[in-house]
Amino acid sequence: MVSETTEGVEHLEQMARRLRQHIITMTTAAGSGHPTSSLSSVELVSALYFGGFLRFRAGEPEWAGRDRFILSKGHAAPLLYAALAEAGYFPVESLTELRKLGSVLEGHPNMLRLPGVEASTGSLGQGLSIGLGHALSVSLDEIDARVYVLLGDGEIGEGQVWEAAAAAAKYRVGNLTAIVDHNGFQQTGRTEEVLDLSPIEDKFKAFGWHASTIDGHSLEAVLEALSNAGNYPSQPQAIIATTEKGHGIVPLLKELNDENFHGQALSAEVAEKALQHLGKVS
Amino acid sequence: MLIGESIGLEMGKATRDAFGHELEKIGHERAEVVVIDGDVGNSTRTEYFAKSFPDRFFNVGIAESNLVSMAGGFAANGKIPVVASFAAFLMCNSYDQIRMSVAFTHSNVKLVGSHAGISIGEDGPSQMGIEDVALACALPGMTVIVPADEPSARVATRSVMDHIGPCYLRVGRPSVPVVYNDGCSEFCLGKAIQLRDGKDVTLIANGLMVAMAMEAAELLAQRGVECRVLDMHTVKPIDQEAVAEAVGETGAIVVAEEHLQHGGLGAVVAYAASQLSSNSVPFRYVNLGDQFAESGPAEGLLEKYHLTTQDIFQAAISALESK
Repeated sequence: MVSETTEGVEHLEQMARRLRQHIITMTTAAGSGHPTSSLSSVELVSALYFGGFLRFRAGEPEWAGRDRFILSKGHAAPLLYAALAEAGYFPVESLTELRKLGSVLEGHPNMLRLPGVEASTGSLGQGLSIGLGHALSVSLDEIDARVYVLLGDGEIGEGQVWEAAAAAAKYRVGNLTAIVDHNGFQQTGRTEEVLDLSPIEDKFKAFGWHASTIDGHSLEAVLEALSNAGNYPSQPQAIIATTEKGHGIVPLLKELNDENFHGQALSAEVAEKALQHLGKVS
Repeated sequence: MLIGESIGLEMGKATRDAFGHELEKIGHERAEVVVIDGDVGNSTRTEYFAKSFPDRFFNVGIAESNLVSMAGGFAANGKIPVVASFAAFLMCNSYDQIRMSVAFTHSNVKLVGSHAGISIGEDGPSQMGIEDVALACALPGMTVIVPADEPSARVATRSVMDHIGPCYLRVGRPSVPVVYNDGCSEFCLGKAIQLRDGKDVTLIANGLMVAMAMEAAELLAQRGVECRVLDMHTVKPIDQEAVAEAVGETGAIVVAEEHLQHGGLGAVVAYAASQLSSNSVPFRYVNLGDQFAESGPAEGLLEKYHLTTQDIFQAAISALESK
């Protein structure tokens, strides 16, 4: 399913860098958005879209046999848009239209306006339930498709996530993967201080899921975890990805004395430094 | 006296029963129908569907938020998910999910709120959906239906399933009199049904209040007052033409509903009338007002909270006096 050669990983590393640059460029052009929440999920999304996991047809977004990716942490929309553009859903040049009046690249994903977006999110906690609906629906139709849902670690404070977790286990949904981007921060501070839900892996296990914790910035680890999905045909799978909010530009955030830097764009000056810091993309 | 008895209406089944039986029938015809239940299938009557189609029935437990968002996922794959629970829990507990996973995405999800109104009786105000119509109407693109009796609830269920887009169907717990002996073949979403014509005043009602409006019209006729009676089963989109004609042709309006005063049928009719007609005509409202009810037998509650035939009658007299 996936090339795990060094070449494959290098390709994904390049893609991850490109996605990071897009995130910085588009949020700074918009003057707002959630770049740091997007940056922590970059390896996860790179591996899904460009590591051979998600089966999709950019020219046929509604293809019934596609795998579904649901961005439950909808504020990471810049990352989703960057991935969709790189995947060929729309031109990369359009990314700087983010958040502009009339643009389909809204502040949070809107499935009615942008092909490739599987769910309209932004009100946290709903994506896993929507994904469960997708997973059960494709199973009813005997379509071999997998559903991936990316959640934030602050987001899982929403009780609905655990309603969905219980229901997915009840229905022994083997084609559903939840990925929790455990970047350790939410809007006003550290998740362990705002609402500590650790140990997250154990919670999913207690609900009947297969769960594992990985380094969410190690492409090798992400690829391996995603590869294991098929090993549990009658059990939903949770991947707890330990990440760093703002990964790739953390030293710059430290200079700004704001490691969280939630829900704001970098100034043009800092963005320029960030792009340099991320390095050139071949 | 039972509702409708004074004009010879026979007692029929509850609208929730009509919904449940018709849904099961539709299940045979349409493989894309799935039902998601919050462990109240024997109350909402989705149990009939569950028995016939266990593979398409998902009881996800007492978790309304999850079940509504799941419906959004099913709908995205071309299924027609029916989500049924108590009106109070469905609309109030999972409102954000309805907003985001159903309305904002214009998903083809059918929301069915049972045990609506105060006529559920003894279980009391925590179980009474009295704000559900206002909440449903507030959401862009939502079609909102409140059928009057068993035959019209059957046709309404079928209409809601045929309609493409999000719908809210409100059904009740108690048995209600049969208004439509003929099976209500004239039922059409968004189109009021004129049950009686008159030139003096129009009684606009839905749900349980339709039978009472018919009774009130008969009482008024005995006083020489000719009433038009409209079953306004579709609250949204409102039948603007019927409202405009009622204002223009009868010059006085009474709106009766088993719902709070804010945001329900009365508010919707008044808004439509004020937009469509330059005539100033008296309006009177029969509703629950701005309060929660209490436990008690349905008949006693309806009387105490002024939702009776007599209340509609008095409202009409008051409107006529202001003409």
